[in-house]
Amino acid sequence: MGNLLEHMGIERDRIHFSWISSAEATKFVDVVKEISNKVRALGPNKKLVKDYN
Amino acid sequence: MDTCIQKIREIAFQLLDKKEVERVIGFSNGTIPMATSPITIASKQDTEKLVFNSTCGLNLANYIRQQKGKIAVIAKGCDSRNIVTHIIENQVKRDQIYIIGVPCKGMINKSKIKALFEDDILKFDEDGDTLTVESSSKKETLSKKEYLRDNCRLCQHKNPVIYDILAGDPVKEQVLDVPYPDVEKIAALDADARWIHFQELTKNCIRCYACRNACPLCYCPTCFVDESGPQWVGKGQDKTDVNTFHFLRAFHCAGRCTDCGACVEACPMDINVRDFTRKLNKDAFDMFGWEAGLDQTKRPPLDAYSPDDPNDFIK
Ligand code: SF4
Ligand code: SF4
Ligand code: SF4
Repeated sequence: MGNLLEHMGIERDRIHFSWISSAEATKFVDVVKEISNKVRALGPNKKLVKDYN
Repeated sequence: MDTCIQKIREIAFQLLDKKEVERVIGFSNGTIPMATSPITIASKQDTEKLVFNSTCGLNLANYIRQQKGKIAVIAKGCDSRNIVTHIIENQVKRDQIYIIGVPCKGMINKSKIKALFEDDILKFDEDGDTLTVESSSKKETLSKKEYLRDNCRLCQHKNPVIYDILAGDPVKEQVLDVPYPDVEKIAALDADARWIHFQELTKNCIRCYACRNACPLCYCPTCFVDESGPQWVGKGQDKTDVNTFHFLRAFHCAGRCTDCGACVEACPMDINVRDFTRKLNKDAFDMFGWEAGLDQTKRPPLDAYSPDDPNDFIK
């Protein structure tokens, strides 16, 4: 799924997959930090976004 | 014209005559030249209506589900792989269908031929590799090789993988060193150029769903695009909705698509929707060594767990 999105031109760093148990609080924090850092570096997404105006 | 048709008619006649099957699913001439449409016949007198030539680009595996009694179906290489997929997915039982296999010499790209003419095509004939196409203003003699569909050019399974009888001699299979040149070409572009490629590809899509309806894989009782509660995707031609439809349709075919080209054949807007599915076919091949519909005894990769599955995408 990630591969096809990437093939369509969505940046790889916007697509993340993880499996986190409800007991893994620190892993959750780490993953979210990593995702937000990567996505922030890419800037706002303009692809696959619906424009209601 | 040697297109196995005499043999197909003979086999169909015998099957209906001996009541071995109740119906035969095949192709008949369409209402316009250079077109054929699927037909179901139940009487042996009707076997004359059956035709087979290089315009039979639809996939008859699409019509074998939910049939009562035993039926016979005509299957090219790719159709036979979709029949295998149906068997694996419990859509038909092997003993309910009699497969008349046709070793396939490839189907033609009708749009490419139509583009040679400014007016309507009035006559289409083929003899081996020679196609003769006529409109009211001109006549063209073409080599079929030059006008094959893209998927047929890259096809490595022209002979049916399962059948009860063959209607012709097996053809030589090609083995390609680079089986997915089209996918690699797109992959070589940068992210924005890839995005533009897919935007351009789908910009004329009218959401008619002919591509979905022609595909033997798309048999969900209610397709996600038709659901209204919840509504997964908008129903209009908003470009994000169009992209979402194409992306998800392709993904529902992951590890199942045989690259039969019926989706492209059916598209009234000439959109090569295979650009989506081919990427997934390539991934299935690269990651799991999998090509759909080759083996009745194997579960498709997205349906089976193996400790060796690639999993470095997950954190
Ligand atoms: S994909 Fe292969 S088997 Fe199917 S029509 Fe084309 S050449 Fe024939
Ligand atoms: S997605 Fe297209 S090429 Fe693939 S099996 Fe369906 S109709 Fe055939
Ligand atoms: S058949 Fe063509 S126009 Fe119709 S929904 Fe599919 S891609 Fe769009």
